[in-house]
Amino acid sequence: MADKLRTLQNLEAMQARYVGTGHADTTKHEFLSNIVRDSYASYIGHPPLLGYMAVGMGESREKVRAMMIEKMVGGVGRPPETQE
Amino acid sequence: MATTSHMFMYSLTIQPPTAITQAILGQFAGTKEQQIVTSSGSKLTIHRPDPTQGKVTPLYSQDVFGIIRSLAAFRLAGSNKDYIIIGSDSGRITIIEYVPSQNRFNRIHLETFGKSGVRRVIPGQYLAVDPKGRACIIASVEKNKLVYVLNRNSQAELTISSPLEAHKPQTLVFSIVALDAGYENPVFAALEVDYSESDQDPTGRAYEEVEKLLVYYELDLGLNHVVRKWADPVDRTASMLFQVPGGADGPSGVLVCAEDNITYRHLNQDAFRVPIPRRRGATENPERKRAIIAGVMHKMRGAFFFLLQTEDGDLFKLTIDMVEDDNGQLTGEVKRLKIKYFDTVPLASSLLILKSGFLYVAGEGGNHHFYQFEKLGDDDEEIEFVSDDFSADPTASYEPIFFQPRSAENLNLVETINSLNPLIDSKVANISEDDAPQIFTISGTGPRSTFRTLKHGLEVSEIVESELPSVPSAVWTTKLTRGDEFDAYIVLSFGNGTLVLSIGETVEEVTDTGFLSSAPTLAVQQLGEDSLIQIHPRGIRHILPDRRVNEWPAPQHRSIVAAATNERQVTVALSSGEIVYFEMDADGSLAEYDERRQMTGTVTCLSLGKVPEGRTRSSFLAVGCDDSTVRILSLDPDSTLENKSVQALTAAPSALNIMSMADSSSGGTTLYLHIGLHSGVYLRTVLDEVTGELSDTRTRFLGSKAVKLFQVSVKGQTAVLALSSRPWLGYSDTQTKGFMLTPLDYVGLEWGWNFSSEQCVEGMVGIQGQNLRIFSIEKLDNNILQQSIPLAYTPRRFLKHPEQPFFYVIEADSNVLSPATRARLLEDSKSRNGDATVLPPEEFGYPRANGHWASCIQVVDPLDAKSVIATVELEENEAAVSVAAVPFTSQDDETFLVVGTAKDMTVNPPSSAGGYIHIYRFQEDGKELEFIHKTKVEEPPLALLAFQGRLVAGIGSVLRIYDLGMKQLLRKCQAIVAPKAIVDLQTQGSRIVVSDVRESITYVVYKYQENVIIPFVDDSVPRWTTSTAMVDYETTAGGDKFGNLWLLRCPKKISEEADEEGSGAHLIHERGYLQGTPNRLELMIHVYTQDIPTSLHKAQLVAGGRDILVWTGFQGTIGMLVPFIGREDVDFFQSLEMQLASQSPPLAGRDHLIYRSYYAPVKGVIDGDLCEMYFLLSNDTKMMIAAELDRSVREIERKISDMRTRVAY
Repeated sequence: MADKLRTLQNLEAMQARYVGTGHADTTKHEFLSNIVRDSYASYIGHPPLLGYMAVGMGESREKVRAMMIEKMVGGVGRPPETQE
Repeated sequence: MATTSHMFMYSLTIQPPTAITQAILGQFAGTKEQQIVTSSGSKLTIHRPDPTQGKVTPLYSQDVFGIIRSLAAFRLAGSNKDYIIIGSDSGRITIIEYVPSQNRFNRIHLETFGKSGVRRVIPGQYLAVDPKGRACIIASVEKNKLVYVLNRNSQAELTISSPLEAHKPQTLVFSIVALDAGYENPVFAALEVDYSESDQDPTGRAYEEVEKLLVYYELDLGLNHVVRKWADPVDRTASMLFQVPGGADGPSGVLVCAEDNITYRHLNQDAFRVPIPRRRGATENPERKRAIIAGVMHKMRGAFFFLLQTEDGDLFKLTIDMVEDDNGQLTGEVKRLKIKYFDTVPLASSLLILKSGFLYVAGEGGNHHFYQFEKLGDDDEEIEFVSDDFSADPTASYEPIFFQPRSAENLNLVETINSLNPLIDSKVANISEDDAPQIFTISGTGPRSTFRTLKHGLEVSEIVESELPSVPSAVWTTKLTRGDEFDAYIVLSFGNGTLVLSIGETVEEVTDTGFLSSAPTLAVQQLGEDSLIQIHPRGIRHILPDRRVNEWPAPQHRSIVAAATNERQVTVALSSGEIVYFEMDADGSLAEYDERRQMTGTVTCLSLGKVPEGRTRSSFLAVGCDDSTVRILSLDPDSTLENKSVQALTAAPSALNIMSMADSSSGGTTLYLHIGLHSGVYLRTVLDEVTGELSDTRTRFLGSKAVKLFQVSVKGQTAVLALSSRPWLGYSDTQTKGFMLTPLDYVGLEWGWNFSSEQCVEGMVGIQGQNLRIFSIEKLDNNILQQSIPLAYTPRRFLKHPEQPFFYVIEADSNVLSPATRARLLEDSKSRNGDATVLPPEEFGYPRANGHWASCIQVVDPLDAKSVIATVELEENEAAVSVAAVPFTSQDDETFLVVGTAKDMTVNPPSSAGGYIHIYRFQEDGKELEFIHKTKVEEPPLALLAFQGRLVAGIGSVLRIYDLGMKQLLRKCQAIVAPKAIVDLQTQGSRIVVSDVRESITYVVYKYQENVIIPFVDDSVPRWTTSTAMVDYETTAGGDKFGNLWLLRCPKKISEEADEEGSGAHLIHERGYLQGTPNRLELMIHVYTQDIPTSLHKAQLVAGGRDILVWTGFQGTIGMLVPFIGREDVDFFQSLEMQLASQSPPLAGRDHLIYRSYYAPVKGVIDGDLCEMYFLLSNDTKMMIAAELDRSVREIERKISDMRTRVAY
């Protein structure tokens, strides 16, 4: 039993530390939001990829960067209604 | 390393990326002089701006084998040297310094803070340092912020604390700067959005009400922890912060730059806001809001100002007025912001203002620029807008303000630094019929786009070109006395005489020099203190300073055929094969050595080295004979003219030259014997200074003519000028000291010599036909020449005419008004008597409007006209996306230009109102294009290809074969072959390789009899393909959007089965495997390059080189993959890689193997860039590695440099 508790605590620590670590009750919305946010963070973080997209969109890199962080705020949109 | 792979490639960068991600300024050398440090890809480069010449030259560049995400410079209080902090993908914070004495970077600290990689919560995206150098913050896009305290210990060494956390979960950061808090606790300001509530609210209201906060994080140095001190909402669209000087210089605080406005914010201060002025003009949309995309703050003598750039490239000068008290003293309270138009410069990724009055603009696309400030825009007629007229409340509305852009008044462009970023496509072709092909690229964005021709060579600046009365055979320059600094005479030898010219203000003939003018000359030398030597076929003339002449006549019936001289020694070879040796004795006269040496064959060339410093003679004479040998004879008194060593050659030598040059293996200088052969081959061997042994021979083919060699001096180093069908220069690389042999971008010369005069200290004089040419070489650090031709819009693809040297570039710019719309707007404005001035788009860009496209096809002639020779603008909001030249069998094999376009395309999210395929006929050998017709298709045709006398087009996921009809294209056959969208097509035989935008490649076979297209093999990994090239019938090389290069091969059996006669039915009915085709491709090699490959070619880069895979990257990289032939070399390079990775681990702390295996484990690739790091190591480390590998340093260096020089530059 103690082992189980420790595993759970470890998992919780992981989840707190590394954003996006899943758990048994991860909803589809959470999962997708994480993917979307991770993707945008990766586009911003890799300079060639950001430049590539900026040229594709015909915008400046800084504008594309700001736009992508803005999209991270929204994630995949509204969460589903929770049923109590 | 996957040792099981049976294929290995050597991956090497020919030209590193030229895109600058970030540039920082500082006194990195610890002197008053400022340097610029830039990061481009994985390269960290330090540049020295030269204020006197207005030039920026790179000092040192190092590959850190990691992704450099952010850079910051800082200085500890009381120190005069700036350190560099690197935020990278290594999960570590790195602090390095530049060591000017060694010209190297030195790592001081490497602190691990967590996971590696570039992820949402890995710090490294943002980096800010307290202006007093006491602390730094390193943050990620979401949640994590780490603060490190920087200090010094009792030994005055830099120390770094363990990190202090300032995390806030579910919070996104837009920007972080350090506040100028003087000597109070360091404060960092962040622009944050907390999304935790909006993520929980199903109604979406919380999302609507999300606020953007300006948050101050204070590092309490006493308590050693970080507190969130202040948070206040700012404009929702804000994206950038700038530090406002504090302490004695200003009010402290930050500028918050949002869409259309800039606000000054600080704790305990009122907010002040000014709008960003919009452009006035007939074609400008008055509603369009600008944002600040780059900026710089500059402090000087108590005053400060900001230069802020909008996405149009306009720079605005922003200043802050402060409240004065009754005594006229500044109170530190802000009174107002003032903003006014400054000038327009290209879009910048970083702006730097140098103390010496220069502005460095690291361009976002295209060249980097270096400007000098003419003035600071203080007393001009620009309208100044002040914050008094605008409410500081972010929600309050205001009247927009306008300005009129004009040509530069404050800045003066002094230098442009070439950059290929973004490099969109390339071709390798030889259109000028040189012996090596050129690389043609299209790069840049918008009106700053260019078509460039890249050529291997050094830039030559010509000083004099003058025609002579007849064709000379040779030229020399000489000083008059040993102490002279500059040359006094130019001696020209003709078939029947000699001409002497004196060098001065003008160059004119002199007759009373003592030179024999009635015979040709073989050699000229300044001998001893103040006498001259002229060697002619009949004898040697020793001209004393008082014009007296001592003549040594050649023996009866024999003449002199070759001669070699230095300051104290003379040797001549007679037609009988005898060698006569003279040495200068104590009284300055020439004494003949009593014995003559009889050689076996006719002597073709001789060389004496320079007399080494502090010695009386050079101890070696090199003799080349027509029996294809070179012998080294001793000149030591006890063994004069005795054989030391022999080197057998493949052809008779035509020139020899002994000279000492800088050497990377020994770290000092080494004596080399350079040998030129009649066959056009050039050899360089090391001549042992004691034994005279020849070793370490390196060979290079220079051209079709016999090689001539001359010692010259370039940029302070001894270099060898080698002349064959074109001139080459052999010199030491400025960084690695490795030997480089580069052709000169100049006419073919018959003879050359060193030239030094007051006007031109380090020049060369040469003969070309009947012309005398004096020239010099200014730069040795760049061996790739660029010639650029401006284009109209962002280029997308291009191709070469199948026969003619013309290129067809398709260009398209989104959100830009088309020329037709622009003309209409101007017409409207004129009719209303409005303003109708048109700004040159190269400087000011095109007028922008959402949803509009400007697109054209341009014909470029890079050979003769060196410009665009025809332009076809596309109308009706079409944008060109693909191009092909297709010979249609149905039209008697006439080749047509086929251009695919998209109508009303939006890039994000991807959508369009269909596409068209335009057909153009080549007119006047391809100089002009005639529109024939266009065919509507349901989606933009992103890939077009000529295929068996017809056109194959990738339209969405459909592959379709078209034939040319009278009114439109005729659909012949189609199949769905790709999951998402076809972006690239390649073909050989009846096989087509189809690339999908995100599902790698599929091989497709076209069965002519049945008229069907059948996909038969695809990939098991989703690769977001950008570009591919077929390496052979089974193998395809490709690159993807994440920066990987890979080679995929179809199994032999499947490849054969697909081509069997009548196998169509079998292939169609074969059962697919896991929702794909029945078979899978095999991965041969895989490597991460960081830069996004945009084109790949199987090509030869040098004359006589092997076929290699050349690739270009988006950020301007040009790289290559060279296949290994033997397993032996692979083993050697693998162990060298291992040694290098452990002995000199990458600077930013990323593990090399993990870096190259970023997305998938590296397979079958040796990293040449890592191997070339060997040149940069210290001698001890080199020797250590050499010992580990059981080889000599020289051998290792030779192997590394051979890998490069055999196939490329």
